[in-house]
Amino acid sequence: MALLQISEPGASLDPHTRRHAVGIDLGTTHSLVAAVRSGVAECLPDREGEVILPSAVRYCADGTARIGREALAGAVSDPTNTIVSVKRLMGRGLADVSKAGRLAYDFVDAEHGMVRVRTAAGIKSPVEISAEILATLRQRAEDTFEADLYGAVITVPAYFDDAQRQATKDAAELAGLEVLRLISEPTAASIAYGLDNASEGLYAVYDLGGGTFDISLLRMRGGVFEVIATGGDSALGGDDIDAALADWALARAGVVAESAGDRRAAAMAARVAKEALSSADRAIFACTVAGTKVEQAVARADLEALAKPFVDRTIAAARKAVRDAKVDKAAIDGIVLVGGSTRMPQVRRAVHEFFGRAPLTNLDPDQVVALGAARQADALAGNHGASDLLLLDVVPLSLGIETMGGLVERIIERNSPIPTARAQSFTTFQDGQTAMSIHVVQGERDLVADCRSLARFELRGIPPMVAGAARIQVTFTIDADGLLSVEAREETSGVEASVTVKPSYGLSDEEVTRMLGEGFGHAEDDMAARALREAQVDADRLLGAIASALAVDGELLSSEERASIERAAADLRATRDSTDRAAIERSLKALSDATEAFAAERMNRGIRRALAGRRVEDL
Amino acid sequence: MNLVADDFELFGLPRRFALERGELDARRRALQGEVHPDRFTAADAAAKRAAMQSAVRVNEAHARLADPLKRAAYLCELAGTPVRAEDNTAMPLDFLREQMAWRESLDDAGSRAEVDAVARDLASARRGAYERLASALDERRDFTAAAQEVRALMFIERFAADVDDRLVALEG
Repeated sequence: MALLQISEPGASLDPHTRRHAVGIDLGTTHSLVAAVRSGVAECLPDREGEVILPSAVRYCADGTARIGREALAGAVSDPTNTIVSVKRLMGRGLADVSKAGRLAYDFVDAEHGMVRVRTAAGIKSPVEISAEILATLRQRAEDTFEADLYGAVITVPAYFDDAQRQATKDAAELAGLEVLRLISEPTAASIAYGLDNASEGLYAVYDLGGGTFDISLLRMRGGVFEVIATGGDSALGGDDIDAALADWALARAGVVAESAGDRRAAAMAARVAKEALSSADRAIFACTVAGTKVEQAVARADLEALAKPFVDRTIAAARKAVRDAKVDKAAIDGIVLVGGSTRMPQVRRAVHEFFGRAPLTNLDPDQVVALGAARQADALAGNHGASDLLLLDVVPLSLGIETMGGLVERIIERNSPIPTARAQSFTTFQDGQTAMSIHVVQGERDLVADCRSLARFELRGIPPMVAGAARIQVTFTIDADGLLSVEAREETSGVEASVTVKPSYGLSDEEVTRMLGEGFGHAEDDMAARALREAQVDADRLLGAIASALAVDGELLSSEERASIERAAADLRATRDSTDRAAIERSLKALSDATEAFAAERMNRGIRRALAGRRVEDL
Repeated sequence: MNLVADDFELFGLPRRFALERGELDARRRALQGEVHPDRFTAADAAAKRAAMQSAVRVNEAHARLADPLKRAAYLCELAGTPVRAEDNTAMPLDFLREQMAWRESLDDAGSRAEVDAVARDLASARRGAYERLASALDERRDFTAAAQEVRALMFIERFAADVDDRLVALEG
């Protein structure tokens, strides 16, 4: 293992030591990693110079995995072991996946949990499969910087619920990435265009990818990007246009593609022709199907006639989103295009016509989400000059709990800025009731059955009382990544019932341990060495953080308070170089505990600073 | 000043109903600029937790101050006259009659134009109620009257949501 480079505590703010933070667009059909370098956000290429990594993982019988283009090459010959569009499976159960249709994998139903896929290399969860993609991108970034990554911002669709976000975060952690933040894709695209610099504005993000179409309307006000409406179609994209073109060309040639392999070959040929037609008026559809070589000339007008029904559907979805947002189309200040399919002149024309304004096209539509995520990552890493960007995101979907009769009681309304918390009091239904079951759901519908079940937990140890006498205060907290945690307490008796919430579609602790053991990307590390190294990195992070905090706000402390923090820090510095992981973790905790009151004082100072110079008007 | 201070104090704003939304948003931005967890991604765990709690507190206060009805209810509560909407549902007879008349006209309205007419009536009643509320809170400082007005407006807002639903349904 390479020697760790340790900087002087507190010295990490040195402008010469940049923290390498990346933005990752973990997409349905392809994924990208980007970073801000010399003040400019750019996507990082692989060794062959390609920035796009196809979101495909092929598992082989020897237990290894191929990722990206190499995996895609196997899509034709080995479709059941080649997982594409794994994003559609994230945080989803078998029932959801069957509803979506079209996916021809060998699914394994994990009871009440996330669906699993049986492959030649064993049963894999969508989280593991996504982690392979993320680890590949992480490796690419680390090779580029020749350094470890400080962290990553990962994008998720605006409508992703808690289970899907949690699954995404789990995948990143499994891939050895420190998640700085999850942000929504349309927000990232808007940041890439610098729309966060405007003080106010209303924007539409039109995202037509390979297999999905999303339309989002965002309002920017006072530093908050609020998603005011989302819509789209999770089974509509460039792939549909490819399929239509392939069917058309094969029909003209009088050939039928019977096998899955032939269909994929025809779809690929259609895609090549379609892409050529974005700049040329004519192209050739060429492939070999059922041993017959097919060549068909395609005019752009042919393609446009075939694509029209799909483009029309996107515009219908956009119309609906505008109506849901209760805004006037004319009030929209900008339209951002995302996704490779928006390169089609026909799509740009349709968008322009519908919104009555030319869309923004100067950034590469495949890269725009990753570029925006990179800008946010750079800001979060606290790199010099980047700290003005503050993004305040919102809860995408309302959060509630099940009440009598299968109805939903909303606890946190959608579009509340995050982080947020809401406490709600509950009481018992029967005399002497000592336990209660709480079912947390997410969604906008009034019936539990129509919402997504996030978690169920039981609160036990309520002292027996007459019905309605107990006061159980349940606090729902949504952190800055949009992830939920829940705490509960019985107020009249003071009994604290601690609850742990496992998202219904999450991974069990054993699974996480096993997957971590298997390792992603960096298989050479053994578990113990890796854990020790992580503890040491944590120690360095904490020592650096405390040193910076003391340098900035140290005078808030009395001399005894300061001495106690410094004692704990000295102790951690001493244990840090040992090989005793448990001792390092004890010292870490001690130092962290010693700074509790200091942290609160720092927030108060921040609040005073925020309001300094702001006049309080006279009454 | 600290995180348990009242919302107006937290935002450095005078304790009154009249409020400029732009100023409130600007102050939220300034406060979050100091305490948001994004500002502490490299910090120690205690600072991260404190940042999270502070950011939640700022967002919570902003939500309460930004919504006129919540802001009015909060002012009543601060003045020692809580609205107690859940156990104080006694409304003046005239108000209840008016409510019933609106409900009936919404039920009877079959066309877009008829629903629009109900919406217009409602908008004017709502405007009047907010003006009376502002005057009770900021001029007369009559919090009992203000609390009553808040309860009335809660009815009105609920009905307004129903009218909106009808309008959306009519649009298909």
